[in-house]
Parts: sequence; structure tokens; C-alpha cells
Amino acid sequence: MAHVAKKIPLGEPGAVFEQYEDIHQQNDSYVVGMWAFLVTEVMFFGALFLMYSIYRWKYQPYFWEVHHELDWRLGALNTTILLASSFSMALAVHFAQRTQKTKQLMCLGTTVLCAFGFLVVKGIEWSAKWEHHHIPGPNFHWTEATVPPNVAQLFFSLYFAMTGLHGVHVVVGIIVISVLAILVAKDNVMVKGDYIPTELIGLYWHFVDLVWIFLFPLFYLIPR
Amino acid sequence: MSAVATQVSHQEKNYLNDENTIKSWLLTKDHKRIAVMYLVAISIFFLAGSIAAGMIRLELVSPRGAFLTNDAYNRTFTAHGVIMIFLFLLVGIPAVFGNFLVPLMIGAKDLAFPRLNLVSLYLFFTGAAFALLALIFGGVDTGWTFYTPYSSMYSNSQVALVLVGAFILGFSSIATGVNFIVTIHKMRAPGMTWFRLPLYIWSHYATSIIIILGTPVVAITLLLVVLERVFHLGVFSPELGGDPVLFQHLFWFYSHPAVYIMILPAMGVVSEVIACFSRNSIFGYKFVAMSSMAIALLGFFVWGHHMFISSQSMYQGLVFSLITFLIAVPSAVKVFNWSLTMYKGSVWLASPMIFALGFMGLFVIGGLTGVYLGSIGTDVHLTGTYFIVAHFHYVMVGGTVMGFLAALHFWWPKMFGKMYNESMAKVSAVLVFIGFNVTFFPQFIVGYLGMPRRYHYYYLNPDFQIWNIASSFGSTVLALGFLLPVIYLTKSLKSGAPAGPNPWGATGLEWEVESPPTKHNFHEIPVVTGLVYDYNSEADEAAWEEEEREMEHVTRGGQH
Ligand SMILES: [Cu+2]
Repeated sequence: MAHVAKKIPLGEPGAVFEQYEDIHQQNDSYVVGMWAFLVTEVMFFGALFLMYSIYRWKYQPYFWEVHHELDWRLGALNTTILLASSFSMALAVHFAQRTQKTKQLMCLGTTVLCAFGFLVVKGIEWSAKWEHHHIPGPNFHWTEATVPPNVAQLFFSLYFAMTGLHGVHVVVGIIVISVLAILVAKDNVMVKGDYIPTELIGLYWHFVDLVWIFLFPLFYLIPR
Repeated sequence: MSAVATQVSHQEKNYLNDENTIKSWLLTKDHKRIAVMYLVAISIFFLAGSIAAGMIRLELVSPRGAFLTNDAYNRTFTAHGVIMIFLFLLVGIPAVFGNFLVPLMIGAKDLAFPRLNLVSLYLFFTGAAFALLALIFGGVDTGWTFYTPYSSMYSNSQVALVLVGAFILGFSSIATGVNFIVTIHKMRAPGMTWFRLPLYIWSHYATSIIIILGTPVVAITLLLVVLERVFHLGVFSPELGGDPVLFQHLFWFYSHPAVYIMILPAMGVVSEVIACFSRNSIFGYKFVAMSSMAIALLGFFVWGHHMFISSQSMYQGLVFSLITFLIAVPSAVKVFNWSLTMYKGSVWLASPMIFALGFMGLFVIGGLTGVYLGSIGTDVHLTGTYFIVAHFHYVMVGGTVMGFLAALHFWWPKMFGKMYNESMAKVSAVLVFIGFNVTFFPQFIVGYLGMPRRYHYYYLNPDFQIWNIASSFGSTVLALGFLLPVIYLTKSLKSGAPAGPNPWGATGLEWEVESPPTKHNFHEIPVVTGLVYDYNSEADEAAWEEEEREMEHVTRGGQH
């Protein structure tokens, strides 16, 4: 991280890059930047949720049949794990604001562990789909006569596209939170005494959780 | 003022020669250097796209096609569309002049996130590399719209590569958009309130909002087409249970506003140029500023006008048609305000002004024919014909490219500190205007007569040939008009007269610093006390007259 050297510690918390006048301008910019980024994320997932809604509306009875292939217990477990991770992330921000470094690090660690747990459960679910030939593509296999195979495949296409993209976001979250934890542990000038980086990464993580809060009922809990 | 004095003492060190290793350019975080690298890159892409355009025009001289096979023709017009839209028009003004001017105009040392800006540049190069690889490996035959299911299931060309490229380019665009929004919100100099911002900044703000709302949607859509094509993860193909029209909805939800990503920055340029060369504060500043925001907002509710014949319900069509008419209002507000600015001012026909006037003329034709196409009845007849082709070229070339050239001529002295040959520039402006009209006006006629777009045979109706020949002839004039600036601008870098900080007597913070500016733009952060378009004040008159005496090499037409 060569750029760190260019930051001028001002005696205030954190440090300021040369394009900014002071730490407040810098932190304000980070906050606006994060929210603007989250807007793009909402639109990104929004397009997928729109597609889902249209096909669900078109094929509701079939979607209801196919959704039994997903194990709602695993989904609920993952929901719990992510909610716990969001809670520990919120605590991490809380401790960052009070500059309680050890507690902050423990919370960040818990968040990363939860995220890994989420991915493990997801991996179990996906490998089951692989064994049952429910991965869309030439090898897709569907035997239930009540649902046309192409609609079943559409359901799984949406399922893999949306949970897959969400999974990518979880992986990115793990990387970002780990980097943050390392910087905090090393008392790096970018994060020392400044809770804004933790808060902004927390915002991202809560967004990732929020997406799952929508995905879970939409795929696992389809009413008749 | 003091800027003149500092210019002498700092002449040696500016952002161009501050450090001159290749590494210092490739890893620069300076918004001005990044702008220059974008300028070089998109100029090359513009040339590539123009070569494809030239091939299309040559092919269409003969009713049976001059030299291309059907398949080669499809790949040629796709290459033309993809290169021009994704690699030139969408990035052209924002990435070059936006990057260069946004911090300068609001009195900031740089954009809010300089490293993100560099990342955006490299994302652009990566996306462009994918697009060009697709061309090298045989090209794409879907047209730039990539309609499913042809693109996702049947096309036997490099669709996946080019779509991955477009996906990456989308992220480059998003990074720039986020950066501009944060910069405009948080990096303004003291006293630079929202309603003191230059109109150019307003149009970039509106553009950036469109980018962050629209681009993610098209990015995920194109990604799904790739997934459908490569892994049969189907959401658009009917065979896989999907709906191909859904692709069109999502594609145009972005791609109609994308027209405003291309045109709004050009409108911002024209606002600056018209005010400067009319020596007048812009008429109805707030209306012009807010019309940009109105265009950004309304632009998201008109996409259905691309689908009047794509199984859309009649009532849906009616609503989309109505909102399409509405969006003509803010565009017209701008044109009327520019006209009134000139009416009350004293017009100086320097080359940037001629380009800006060209913009106004061509954009009005492009916009009005857009209203024809927004009416359902006429659209059913005209859609898919050369009328459409002419319409969007009037908007995109007549609008965006003219705006780009106006910006290039207006801010070239600022960017490189050199004056170019003004008479040559005037010749180029006139050639582009005439060449453009000769190229594209016949396409309105031949389209109205029924010639479909994307076909290279029209021997069943030989009457079309005369219009096509006219169009192809015009395109050579147009090409000459585009080629001239390359020559005299490059030449000016070597032998141009020094421009001085403010060769046009323009207002705005960017004109108060040296040309070219120093690495950190301002020696001290300026404090803004009044409106940007302060052309009528006494002090400015005096300053301008003094400037004028120093600038014998700039020949002036009109008087103020
Ligand atoms: Cu449109």
C-alpha cells in the first residue's frame, strides 16, 4: 500500500489524502461515495428481482412445485447465520466508535466466520443440486411430469443467478472485512482512530444481508 | 490578474511535464493526465469506428452491395455500432472533458477518488481489449443491441467476448459516475454553491445519476445473456422458458437513458461555449440546470418507445409515447435559452462557437425527428428503416460528436497551453456540418421511402441508389472534416502559439489557472463570490480587453 505514505497525519484521528482539505471532507466524501455505490448495487440486484417477479407471476403454480427441491431448513439456517453476522458487524462499528480495538477485532472476526459458515451451507446446497442434475444447462434433468422441464430450469436459472451473485458479494465482503481487520490490527493510519471505514464496510455488509433477507422467502418459502 | 504573473514563473512545471517517465503517466492519479490518456484512446477508437462506417457507406453505393458478403456486412455494422457507442460516445465527453474539467471548474485539487479514477481508466482499457479481441476473432453479427434469443442462442459469432467487454466497460462508467457525484457534492470550493455551478457541471451531475441508476441494470442483463449463451442458464430464451422481450425492456431501460449519457455532457459544453462566445450570461440559468435534471429523470420512463412493435400492449405504448413527447420539453428549454443568450449577446464566431452552433442545428433536427418516432402511428411505418438511422445519427453525431469537437476546440488551449490554427478549425467546423448533412439527410428520405436498416441489398428498389450515393459522398466530406483537426491540433502541440491562461476571455475557475494547469490545479483554493457567467460585469470587460491586446494571433469576427 504505497499510497499510505502520502497520507499526512494531521494529529486528528485518521489521515487525509492530498485532494481533501480536511478529515471531515474526506469522510463526507467516503459516505456519499458508499451510498452512491449502494444505489448501483440496488439497481444491479433490482433488475434480477424484477425478472424473478415477472416469471413468478407467469409461472406461480410451477414455481411452487419446484421450490420443494430447496431445503428451507438450510435456508433458515443461513438466514440466522447472516443475521448474526450483521449483528456482530454492528457491534464492530460500535466498538470502532469507542476505539476499543480488541473488541472491534473480535466482532470483525465473528462476522468473517459467519460469512464462511454461510458459504459452507450454500456449498452443501449447491452440491446437492449438482448431484440431482438441477444445474441449468445441457445436463439438466427433470422428471416431475407436473412441471414443464424448461420452467423448472428457469426456476433454477434464477436461483443460481441470484444466489450466485449474492455469494460473490459475500466473498467480496469476506475479503474487505479481513483487510479492514488487518489494517485495524496493525494500527494503520487509514483506520486508526477513525470509525468511518468500519461503518462504511458495515453498510456494505448490511446490504448483502438485506439481499439475502429477500432471497430467502422468494426462493425457499413460496406459498401455494 | 495574478494568474498571468504566476504563469510566467511556473511555466516550466505543469501537469504535462511535471514528471515525464512512462510510469508516471501509467500510474498517475492526476485527473488531467487520465483525461489525456482517455483522449488518446478514444481518438483511436473513433478512427476504428469510422473505418467500419466507411466500409458500410462504400458497400451501399451499389444496390447489390459493392464488396462485402451478407455476414461480413452484419459484422461491419455491428463493429461500427459497438465501437462508436461503447468506446467513443459513452465515454467521450465525460471521461475526457469531465475528468479534466470537473475538479478545475469547482475549484478542487482533484476528483474525490483519484485512485478509483485510475481504476476506471484501466477497466476501460480491459473492456476495450475484450471488445477488440472479439473483433479480431471474427467479430459479432448481432448489431449493437444484442437482441435475444439470437445473441444468446443462435448467433455464430463472438457475442460472449464482446458482452464481457461491455460488462467491464459498464463498471468503468459506474466508477466515473460515482466519482463525479461525490466530487460535485463534496469537493466544491468555498462559496461554490449549487446554483453557482457551471452548467457543464450540472449536466455531468445529471449524467452521473443516469449512470449509477442505469448502467448496473444493463450490466446484469448483458451478464445474463453471456450466462445463457455459455452455460444455458436461461432467462431470455423461450426454449429455456424465458421471455426475449424482457431483454428488450431491460436493455432499453438503460440504453434510452444512455442516449442522455451521451448528449447531456454535450449540452453542458454547448452551454459554456454559447455563453462565452456570446459574451453574455446564460439566459435562464436555473431552467437550463434543472432541464438537465428533468431529462435525467424523464429519460428513465420512455424506454418503451423502442418496442412499439415488440408485442408491447397498446396502453403501454400510449403512456411511453406521451412521456416521450414530454421529454422534448426540457430539451427545447435548453435550445431556446441558448438562442436567447445569443440574441442578447454579441456573438463571436470562433471555431468552438461554430461547432456549438452546428450542434444546435443538428440536434434540433435529431430531436424533432425523435418526436415523429415517438408517435406510435408514424413509428410503426418508420421503425427499422433508415429514418431511424438518420435520426439517431443526428442526435449522436450531430449532437455528441459536435459537442465533443466544440469542447476539444474550446478547452484545447487550456489542456495543452497551445493555440491551434483557427482558420483551419473553421474550415473543419464547416466541413463537418455540411458533410454531416449531406451524409444523413438523404437517409431520412430513403428511410421514409422504406429502405430498411441493416440490409446491404436494395436492388429491388433501384430508386434508393441516388440517395445512398449522396450519403456516401457526404461521408467522405465528413471524414475530411474529422481528419483536419487531427492534423492542426497535433501540429499545434509543436508549433502553436502559447495560449495564456484565458485565450477566449471566458469566465469560470478553469480559466483563472495557467494553461496547462499545474499538477494540483490551484496554488490556493479559490473562494467563489458570484455567478459563473459573469460576462457583463465591468471588471471582466476590462480584463478581457487587456487580454485581447495580448492575443494578436487570435483573429476575431464579431464585436462586443
Ligand atoms: Cu429511446
